[in-house]
Amino acid sequence: MSAPDDVGYHARRHARWHVGEIVFWVLALASAFLFPSRYLVMTDIVRLGLFAMSIDLILGYAGIVSLGHAAFFGVGAYSAGLMALHGVVTEPLLALVLAGCAAMLLGFVTSFLVIRGVDLTRLMVTLGIAMLLEALAESFSGITGGTDGLQGIEMQPILGIFAFDMFGRTGFFYSLIVLFVLFLLARRIVHSPFGLSLRAIKNNPLRAAAIGIPVNRRLIAIYTVAAFYAGIAGALFTQTTALASLDVFAFERSADLLLVLIIGGTGYLYGGLIGAVVFRMLQEVFSTITPQYWQFWIGVVLVAIVMIGRARLHRWVLFLPNLLIAQVAGRKAAVAIPEGEGQ
Amino acid sequence: MFVADRKLAWSLLGAAAIGALALMPARAEETFKIGLIVPMTGGQASTGKQIDNAIKLYMKQHGDTVAGKKIEVILKDDGALPDKTKTAAQELIVNEKVNVIAGFGVTPAALAAAPLATQGKIPEVVMAAGTSIITEKSPYIVRTSFTLPQSSTIIGDWAVKNGIKKVATLTSDYAPGNDALAAFKEHFTAGGGEIVEEVKVPLANPDFAPFLQRMKDAKPDAVFVFVPAGQGGNFMKQYAERGLDKAGIKVIGPGDVMDDDLLNGMGDAALGAVTAHIYSAAHPSQANKDFVAAYKKEFNQRPGFMAVGGYDGINLIYEALKKTGGNADGDKLIEAMKGMKWESPRGPISIDPDTRDIVQNVYVRKVEKVDGELYNVEFETFKDVKDPGKTKK
Repeated sequence: MSAPDDVGYHARRHARWHVGEIVFWVLALASAFLFPSRYLVMTDIVRLGLFAMSIDLILGYAGIVSLGHAAFFGVGAYSAGLMALHGVVTEPLLALVLAGCAAMLLGFVTSFLVIRGVDLTRLMVTLGIAMLLEALAESFSGITGGTDGLQGIEMQPILGIFAFDMFGRTGFFYSLIVLFVLFLLARRIVHSPFGLSLRAIKNNPLRAAAIGIPVNRRLIAIYTVAAFYAGIAGALFTQTTALASLDVFAFERSADLLLVLIIGGTGYLYGGLIGAVVFRMLQEVFSTITPQYWQFWIGVVLVAIVMIGRARLHRWVLFLPNLLIAQVAGRKAAVAIPEGEGQ
Repeated sequence: MFVADRKLAWSLLGAAAIGALALMPARAEETFKIGLIVPMTGGQASTGKQIDNAIKLYMKQHGDTVAGKKIEVILKDDGALPDKTKTAAQELIVNEKVNVIAGFGVTPAALAAAPLATQGKIPEVVMAAGTSIITEKSPYIVRTSFTLPQSSTIIGDWAVKNGIKKVATLTSDYAPGNDALAAFKEHFTAGGGEIVEEVKVPLANPDFAPFLQRMKDAKPDAVFVFVPAGQGGNFMKQYAERGLDKAGIKVIGPGDVMDDDLLNGMGDAALGAVTAHIYSAAHPSQANKDFVAAYKKEFNQRPGFMAVGGYDGINLIYEALKKTGGNADGDKLIEAMKGMKWESPRGPISIDPDTRDIVQNVYVRKVEKVDGELYNVEFETFKDVKDPGKTKK
């Protein structure tokens, strides 16, 4: 260790683009051409990935747990739906940003409640906020359409050029581009001094405060940003499916997110994206095999992942590739064991 | 700390492998494929299970080859969530190349699939959802279940004629519930009846108790109830707990609340409830006796009206395919389905050639004990009822 072992050095090294990341995005783009008949499912994965990335921002970087992230998803979804339905803002991209801002506003307001408590309190507060919004959406059925949801949403072409088609091609590319742009932004945020200060807060809030980090203000800021992300995910949902019904606020939606992060891991942004891919694929595979009992098998897999531990699973899965690399490249391929993610 | 990229690469490999497996399109075969999309999980699961059972039973009885084509049913669970329905329908049409999509447990699900049916020129056979407007959303939609106005108008007329003057209503707050309420109200008040209390309950996990108390205080002659299939048992339990049966307040309504698969568990509080509906397991025809016996033997439970919707739906698809001589073209199938008539377990039914909606008898029934079990015993029949939601226009 002759290199100067200071924080700045590590931070810069970490912030560099790695080969794996480039491969990831190339694969994501390639999937569009590899599976041209599966746009709707892939769009669903992209949405879920974005949504999971949003919670990763607060959970993985700032240590805020939430069971009510669907609140922001729902606000984004209904904002986008209402804007399209009543012709307020018909251009989808602008509507998307506005819907995200609506969710962001809610995030900012509720963040004051959330930062007050610690983990258990936060779970309850966030859960409560989501339930509150769901009940509101149900009782103001004149605006939201109640249980029937918003009916008759028709989306205008994006930027007036790209119309949404039946097979979800436009929707998929649109979602993927939005995801990528927001990912770049998130990447910038978490590698900035601001992001590093969040990590400090996550590790030890007291100490972070002692070295002069304004803990509460940082938490409010990241919570608000995460709400924006979730709102965008919700708006994408409405825009690509032309649907918005009460289930956008459903508890299952928030709970699914945590499952996604359990699969993918937290604190490196890709956890949510990879988790979303694996989670949806598991659902696809199991619900094709057994449409009645697929939830059981998902449960089994999740229990297995938690019991065995992701690290060990990785080692098993990577045993063969590692062996190959060792043979071919003639060097010992170290398997990456994730650290500090044992949730 | 700084090994995230490697881990990332490996995770990617794993994810890609699973992805490739799952996304591999199934190969197309020389078969006639039916994509069945119903809720098999969640709150509406009983609907999906009944339909699935009925279709399995029908195919067991009638074989799986029609006009030289092998029938294959692909079951998909949508959990009654419209976005899942839409994804499933799209996948079935594009990848599995299904010839017909069928099922649809709830109205939003049926509506979500409508544009896909239109664009794909694929018949959509609605076997459960009961809102009037559904068949107007695509020229490819055919319904074999029922519409809420069909039964609600009839019970409205019946109530007026049978000395019921004041009615409190309790309906689930979603499209079918609002359809039922509007249809009932129109016919009941036109006949001189009075609605003394109007309550809408949330669809998801309703607690009826506070509403029932209000109903009891309003002292109506009867309470008009619509809750979707599956919630009737819970309603009747709370109805009895609050003592509405002892206060002499009758239950009337479309027959969903007295669904056959739950009826026997409701207890004596249900006795005397009068509902108008399209199917009763006690319907006194040979076709129905055979159907009930076969269904009971196979699945060890009584079929409800959802099962009949599925049974008739698959029959419609079989017969249409026979009529086209095995031609699976969507337009030809729809043409063949229009005007088709047959004897269902529920009685004689037909498909209205103009609206593609079902025309059927509506029966007024009363809950009675037959051989120690509760049944809806039919005592009045209204023949060939079209959907009043459309004939009005």
